[in-house]
Amino acid sequence: MTDLFEYISVMFSYTFILRALIAGALVSLCAALLGVSLVLKKYSMIGDGLSHVGFGAIALATALNFAPMKFTVPVVVVAAVLLLRVSESSKIKGDSAIAMISTGALAVGILAASMTTGMNTDINSYLFGSILAMTKEDVVLSAILSFIVIVLFIVFYNKIFAVTFDENFAAATGTKVKAYNMLIAVLTSVTVVLGMRMMGALLISSLIIFPSLTAMRVCKKFKSVIFVSALVSVLCFVAGLIISYIASTPTGATVVVLNIAVFLIFAAAGKIINK
Amino acid sequence: MALITCENVSLGYEGLTVAKDINFSIYQGDYLSVIGRNGSGKSTLLKALLRIKEPERGKIVYGGGLKQSEIGCLAQQTPVQKDFPASVFEVVLSGRAPKRGLTPFYSRADKKDALDKMELLGITNLKERCFRELSGGQRQRALLARAMCAAEKILFLDEPVTGLDPVVTTEFFNIINEMHKNGMTIVMVSHDIHCAVKYSGRIIHMDGGILFDGTVDEYKKSKIGAEFIGGHKHD
Repeated sequence: MTDLFEYISVMFSYTFILRALIAGALVSLCAALLGVSLVLKKYSMIGDGLSHVGFGAIALATALNFAPMKFTVPVVVVAAVLLLRVSESSKIKGDSAIAMISTGALAVGILAASMTTGMNTDINSYLFGSILAMTKEDVVLSAILSFIVIVLFIVFYNKIFAVTFDENFAAATGTKVKAYNMLIAVLTSVTVVLGMRMMGALLISSLIIFPSLTAMRVCKKFKSVIFVSALVSVLCFVAGLIISYIASTPTGATVVVLNIAVFLIFAAAGKIINK
Repeated sequence: MALITCENVSLGYEGLTVAKDINFSIYQGDYLSVIGRNGSGKSTLLKALLRIKEPERGKIVYGGGLKQSEIGCLAQQTPVQKDFPASVFEVVLSGRAPKRGLTPFYSRADKKDALDKMELLGITNLKERCFRELSGGQRQRALLARAMCAAEKILFLDEPVTGLDPVVTTEFFNIINEMHKNGMTIVMVSHDIHCAVKYSGRIIHMDGGILFDGTVDEYKKSKIGAEFIGGHKHD
């Protein structure tokens, strides 16, 4: 047992792992908080769509020699605003709009990448994530982001509940529903971009979807759904990071598999409790 | 005193007009039922009155110092709500959210009001229950309690008794009557003509526009009223 602790303490003496731990735990926390609202509003695919747009943008940024974050964050924020607009108008249904935008962005990204450097390891790490990707800048950004998300979540908690539970009622009683939807979409897009490079563009949306669905298996109150999903998300990330270090597995995929396992346990527990 | 006035309002979806030339006022103390067959534009009118949807033409004016945060509404349940993990207390309390403005957290007065409304509707024992586990009637009461928390001057009801059994329906209207007696303005949208005639004071009959606007007694005597009441026995 002491061996394991020693092993883990050695692991965290590496700067890149410490960075990944801090940034990853914070991003997991934000993703879980935002995820509850997104999942309940049936917007979970927006997270997935945004991550594809993020991939396209980051590939393009690399090809054009732009600073990746400074280019990707605004592009994904704009995509989030667009996706929300399209989902609200009824001309094209929300899910097809998201599918169009996400596959479109993926194609652009792949083209941009192949025209310049080819499908190199860089692109591979964007798609499936790399623990080495987190820079000091990312850690600072994640800290700022999670601070903003948590403060906004506490301040607007009642409104977020009202808008999530019943958009029409909230709108009828004078709540600026569109502004709150936009706020959630923008925060989600920044979360997606920050988490994408460690978790991978193809896997990041699981951080948004799994924890809240897991919490909803057993929790019967909105407040407890929020707490449990935040807790599950952070714990799964930390455990996933440690396991991936010990077993030399890809971090992103390990975290997701762990999330699936916890989801199954909670689903079984929910079945037993509700019997 | 007119709380809401419609001036030459036209309503529609994506360029297709469903109702036009709508002119009427909702006065303080009204118990108004807006009736009409499905697709007559009555639900669209409700959305416009609640400012969820812009009218295509014309104006909807709030008067008498009416603010949106003083409105309560009981709309039809949405698919999102069917599987929503929230306690009944959380749902009812959210009716107080509009009055909080940007101030975070609920005050003691907010919580007391929510508990009072739950007491009034006899759902105090459901306080900690999960909304998704309730029966249709229980849900409707929880949503009514929320609407009562929000409503200070006017309460809108959209097909409020659809799917409720006769006993629960009668109880429901008794509560609404009591609120009306205490000064609440009630606006109900329904295709259930019998409930409308039985409980409300004023009827607006819509079909692509307003066909009738007057008291219940006048409506019963009118040609359109007699036809609609007679023809909808099985509704």
